[in-house]
Amino acid sequence: MGVTTEVKRKRPGLIPWGGDLSRLPWWVLVVLLVFTAGVYAILTNRHWEAAFEFALTGVQLTLILSLSSFGIALVVGLLAGLGQLSRNIVFRNLSMLYVQVIRGIPIIVQLYFVAFVIMPVVVDAINNFGGTLQAIEPLTNFGISLANLELRDIKMMYRAIGGLAVAYGAFEAEVFRAGIESIERGQMEAARSLGMNYVQAMRHIILPQAIRVVLPPLGNDFISMLKDSSLAMVLAVRELTQVSQLHRARTFRSWESMGTAALLYLMLTLSLSFLVKSMERRMAVEK
Amino acid sequence: MKNNASPSGSNDDIIIIENVHKKFGRVIALTDVSLTVKRGEVCLIFGPSGGGKSTLLRCINHLETVDSGRIIVDGIPLTEAKENIDQVRAEVGIVFQLFHLFPHLTSLENVTLAQKVVRKRNPEEAEEIARALLERVHIPEKADAYPGQLSGGQKQRVAIARSLAMNPKIMLFDEPTSALDPEMIKEVLDVMLDLCEEGMTMVVVSHEMGFAKAAADKMVFLSDGRIVEEGSVQEIFENPKTPRTRAFLDQILS
Repeated sequence: MGVTTEVKRKRPGLIPWGGDLSRLPWWVLVVLLVFTAGVYAILTNRHWEAAFEFALTGVQLTLILSLSSFGIALVVGLLAGLGQLSRNIVFRNLSMLYVQVIRGIPIIVQLYFVAFVIMPVVVDAINNFGGTLQAIEPLTNFGISLANLELRDIKMMYRAIGGLAVAYGAFEAEVFRAGIESIERGQMEAARSLGMNYVQAMRHIILPQAIRVVLPPLGNDFISMLKDSSLAMVLAVRELTQVSQLHRARTFRSWESMGTAALLYLMLTLSLSFLVKSMERRMAVEK
Repeated sequence: MKNNASPSGSNDDIIIIENVHKKFGRVIALTDVSLTVKRGEVCLIFGPSGGGKSTLLRCINHLETVDSGRIIVDGIPLTEAKENIDQVRAEVGIVFQLFHLFPHLTSLENVTLAQKVVRKRNPEEAEEIARALLERVHIPEKADAYPGQLSGGQKQRVAIARSLAMNPKIMLFDEPTSALDPEMIKEVLDVMLDLCEEGMTMVVVSHEMGFAKAAADKMVFLSDGRIVEEGSVQEIFENPKTPRTRAFLDQILS
């Protein structure tokens, strides 16, 4: 509606962005250039090649580490997020306590803590539990295996997953809480007024809408998780950073080993953030 | 147009509100409100904004709790019905001023969801009922549209169908036409008139005096949390007892 005066711009057909060089994403070109240089070095230089091949052995563990930690963190986060909004005093305060305490402690301290303080306690508890199970006839064998579980049986990899999951659960709890709170109150009231109970309303009405809101921030947190999985090296987990560091110590080729590590991390994080961006764009269209 | 489903005896009081008090913090929302609605009756509540109309309506559906007093819906005292409050709610449909349709579901799914989840109807049966209801509110062609693609009047009619799908014994309407453009008000009021002709018990918060004249059995003037006056449409319009009621009516009718 209304009068619009359309100004036709001259658009030379050759360059699609209207010939405005300032609008070109120069940073992408730089990234591509660096990648090309990296690939070229790996293909032609034997020091780079060696560093790359050694680093590759860590990529798999990095991926497993981040994926499984993040998976557990999502479950913990959803529970703690719902907990923070709960009317139940115990559940709410436990969730608040967890989120506030965990967010205030460096992840690296948490990793040490889970690996060397919590795990021994847990193993002790399992031993005691196994001891009682031995008394029960049909469960004797299972009981013995639990009673004989030793701390060293729990690989550092699992302890790292536990530590990262606990740390990130607190962040995801905040994401879920904000997502659920962003859904207007009338939705819950409408659902309840139709006779749905709290759980049904959450499951069918609130969460499906909240998920769309939280997907982009969750994606961003996963990218952070991928980078923070490098902290597992303090537990001697042979993930990407640890193996690159090992290679550096063995060969004194710092430039090559850290260069490949950075390149590999960048490849993973940049493609993920591209994914998150397109997700955000799709959400914006749907709204 | 008037619905005269004959009430027989006091057992037919489907909503009984006794001496209800309600505060929000320091703000008094309801003071000593008592009201009964008979089965099949259409009760219209009107009054200045902030007077407690919506609060009273929401108390009937237990969306708000009362501080003191009792509300008995279809023989069940709400204050004592903590366990089966969901069952009570399913018997009492409510239509909101701002619709509150579920935006991630189509019109049809909006109407079928609670049937499946709460009433445990199978999907085919629920869909059949939903399509019939959308037909009844005159928008069968919008079954697959999402709320975002509907006009305000269409949204409100889907919302009515969504409530009706639960076979409620009572329908509550909280200013159902206040958020609508003028040309859409009629299509919603028509659906409501159909409903009261079918003998549905309705409590309506509204300032649509045309609807009141056509359908209401009883009018209640609520101001500052108190029932100022209660009476038949004729009494209220032709001979209001208090100057407060007269002044308010003059304002909205002029």
